[in-house]
Amino acid sequence: MSKSPFEYAPAPESRAVVSIKSQYGLFINGAWVEPKTKNKFATINPANEEVLSKISQASDSDVDRAVKAARDAFTKTWSKMPARERGKYLYRIARIMQERAREFAVLETLDNGKPIRESRDVDIPLAAAHFFYHAGWADKLEYAGLGANPKPHGVVGQIIPWNFPLLMLAWKIAPAIATGNTVVLKPAETTPLTALLFAEVCQQADLPAGVVNIITGDGATGAALVKHPGIDKIAFTGSTGVGKLIARSIAISGKSATLELGGKAANVVFDDAPIDEAIEGIVNGIFFNQGHVCCAGSRLIVQENIHDEVLEKLKRRMSLIRVGDPLDKNTDLGAINSAEQLAKIKELSISGDAEGAFRWSPDCVLPSKGFWFAPTIFTGVTQAHRIAREEIFGPVLSILTFRTPQEAIEKANNTPFGLSAGVWSEKGSRILWASKALKAGVIWANTFNKFDPASPFGGYKESGWGREGGRHGLAAYLKGAK
Amino acid sequence: MSRIDVKKTYKLFIAGQFPRSESGRSYEIKGANGKFIANPALASRKDLRDSVTAAKLALPGWSAATAFNRGQILYRIAEIMEGRSEQFAAEILALEGGTSKDAKAQVAQAIDLWVWYAGWCDKISTIAGATNPIAGPYYNFTIPEELGVVGIIAEQKESLLGLVAAIAPVIAAGNSAVVIASEKRPLPAITLSEALATSDLPAGVLNILTGKVSELAPWMASHMEIDGLDISGVDSKIEAELRVAGAENLKRIHRFNKSPSPQRMLAFMESKTVWHPIGV
Repeated sequence: MSKSPFEYAPAPESRAVVSIKSQYGLFINGAWVEPKTKNKFATINPANEEVLSKISQASDSDVDRAVKAARDAFTKTWSKMPARERGKYLYRIARIMQERAREFAVLETLDNGKPIRESRDVDIPLAAAHFFYHAGWADKLEYAGLGANPKPHGVVGQIIPWNFPLLMLAWKIAPAIATGNTVVLKPAETTPLTALLFAEVCQQADLPAGVVNIITGDGATGAALVKHPGIDKIAFTGSTGVGKLIARSIAISGKSATLELGGKAANVVFDDAPIDEAIEGIVNGIFFNQGHVCCAGSRLIVQENIHDEVLEKLKRRMSLIRVGDPLDKNTDLGAINSAEQLAKIKELSISGDAEGAFRWSPDCVLPSKGFWFAPTIFTGVTQAHRIAREEIFGPVLSILTFRTPQEAIEKANNTPFGLSAGVWSEKGSRILWASKALKAGVIWANTFNKFDPASPFGGYKESGWGREGGRHGLAAYLKGAK
Repeated sequence: MSRIDVKKTYKLFIAGQFPRSESGRSYEIKGANGKFIANPALASRKDLRDSVTAAKLALPGWSAATAFNRGQILYRIAEIMEGRSEQFAAEILALEGGTSKDAKAQVAQAIDLWVWYAGWCDKISTIAGATNPIAGPYYNFTIPEELGVVGIIAEQKESLLGLVAAIAPVIAAGNSAVVIASEKRPLPAITLSEALATSDLPAGVLNILTGKVSELAPWMASHMEIDGLDISGVDSKIEAELRVAGAENLKRIHRFNKSPSPQRMLAFMESKTVWHPIGV
């Protein structure tokens, strides 16, 4: 950081706004209960490895309790409530989340490692907006284009990842309960705290008991939830590998599912692109949230004649990225979420070296405790390299080149994934041509990594099934005409 | 002496051509009255793979064709079928039994279904797309696009109507397809392929195989270049097996009831959302 043209004084956000309990139970049927096995595991701050709290490991019988509570709530309360009243609960939740936004932001940053700038300005406001948006749908579902009288599935099992803990919770719970389902949600093992704080929000909003149940645990808890016969529908965000396991698991049970899975997004930069904006877009595309983003622009596909110019400007811009204390308001790149994820990023990066790509990172001092990885780019990457094919899920960008527009599209689409893609050009017709040709569910043209509750999100090919957000996202939680 | 009629050799329909099975196999088809009717080709795994290759090659052109153009071609299929109504009806009657009136009604319904879906080609985006009012200076829209190559195991009983009910929405949506015809009643499917071959439908957009569902369907489910699967004609006993195999590339797998619906198109389409900044 000493080479930075600016010196920043530390500007840490205060932790005083959050109070973390020494341990947490499970939130079932509107109340806190202890897990049957009494098993607890630690959740830590990945920036310094401090133990934040002890979390309950839900067993099969706890899953069973939660599903029964959700079923009761669905049958006796939630499905009988007028839709307008149901919507009001979502409005209440949205408002309480806004009131307690700073608390959520600090807690998210502590548990996840992401910069407070992002949790405060992106995760939490978007999470609240998701509830506000879906609140308004609750009594308008007959206009959603799914038939005259679309029906909820019943009890939905939801499993979410650690990269956007509260935001993913909102993407799952808001549409599910707005459409009249009840839910059992399992947050990720390493980031349960904001989900558990959300349980308090449900209590403050007087949400009827059992409509939202939050159970914590590892993959075994998730598997028990997927297999439980009382679950009518699964909604999962996570890796493509686990998504396929779920798809196989429900093949036999006949449950339906939406899956938001991995990606290896191409960010295509044409030689007529606005270069300075494109540099910002490239940086935002791969270094936002430490690259822990399923739709991250992890493959830069740049036109050959501007490769050197883009690379030089990108390196200069990367040298200004501030890595460090996630609670510092000036931090751009926070901690890697877990030791396990750090090991995966390191392993794939080493494969990049071994397979002949060239690694570059700016000089930056990484903290000695916690899990850290410097912002990294690889040049000279070919399509056969693992770092061009596999999802790294870290702050590592693979740079490839192209000569003709057709070659750009072929390289961009040469992946089993299809979640997102970026395209940079000042030429309108080229933007629309490329947007059509790129096989991905979300195309960011002259921008990247933008999200909104009104905008459907989801992938082509092995990036998953279904959409979340917008009118299209409602289809995941309603049984319409088929 | 009365004239000896000229019987047809029933073959496969792959890439716009009519090959026999590469395996050299055929199987016997009997009519509703139990009497021999024909020896259609018994398609193999290799025939299936050749069909997928043809469908994959045809996909870029077909999906890039204007919706208006696709609509005209679907309508053209109805026109060509109309001229062969009696042949279709005779085959249905011979294979399914029932009355001549029933057979004719099935043909009429099948033709009208093509007309119905022809009209959907340039309307589906209007009803299934959206402009999304996002909170920021961006223009944001969602449009449905073709999924890719779809494998179809059509409903088995109504040999023509079940087939058309499955293939028309899939290609109306801009997909290409590989189809397994009704196992015991494949003749209308083959006759349909002759109509398709003369209706301006680009070669490879629809490929029709005859043979055993139990043999071909698992290969279809596990084929990595097939993006979606209509299993309406599959025995529920092997449904789970197909879904497990299809999970390997996360195929979109659907089973439909009989009623025509734009949802049958949308089931094999993907929604794409595009963002662009607004500014001077």
